[in-house]
Amino acid sequence: MFIAKVVGNVWATRKHKALENTKLLLVRRLDGISGKFLDEDIMLAVDKYIDAGIGNTVLVMDEGNSARQILGDKTAPVRTIICGIVDTVFSKGQTKKWH
Amino acid sequence: MFAGKIIGRVVATQKYESLEGRKLLLVQPMGWDKKPKGEPLVAVDVVGSGAGEFVFYVAAREAAVACGGTSLADTPPIDATIVGIIDGVNLL
Repeated sequence: MFIAKVVGNVWATRKHKALENTKLLLVRRLDGISGKFLDEDIMLAVDKYIDAGIGNTVLVMDEGNSARQILGDKTAPVRTIICGIVDTVFSKGQTKKWH
Repeated sequence: MFAGKIIGRVVATQKYESLEGRKLLLVQPMGWDKKPKGEPLVAVDVVGSGAGEFVFYVAAREAAVACGGTSLADTPPIDATIVGIIDGVNLL
């Protein structure tokens, strides 16, 4: 898992049936303390139960079997899934409150 | 999942048997800002996308899962599958 910020969303009418009734959010990795983006990559992640929105700092799972387990659907073609909203990060003696 | 644009189609008469009946499309990977990124690849389509459309695709194991198949025996050998046609992107 990693910490990322929701920087956008995507909408699609025609999509794989396992993606129906899910949100498609664009996420970008960031440093949990400084809030700086770690790279230029933007990933598309599925959100089914967390209901995150643009601007939220979230916990992202980037592994297929874990994603399918969260969705409860072993036929879901999903690798990247949002699995939490970050409240606080503690690291190297510092504390960062996100929400 | 990654963004891409359909730039063509690929026809192969002789192919591995579990690839039969599948639509093979040439996809140019794109950034979410719709700028081309990297080299084109061939992907299987399961949503009925067509030329010029902006789509999203999955790679690796998920590509095989998207084509039906959860066990090794019924999983086709596919490494990229188009799983949705993008209607719009909202990027900060």
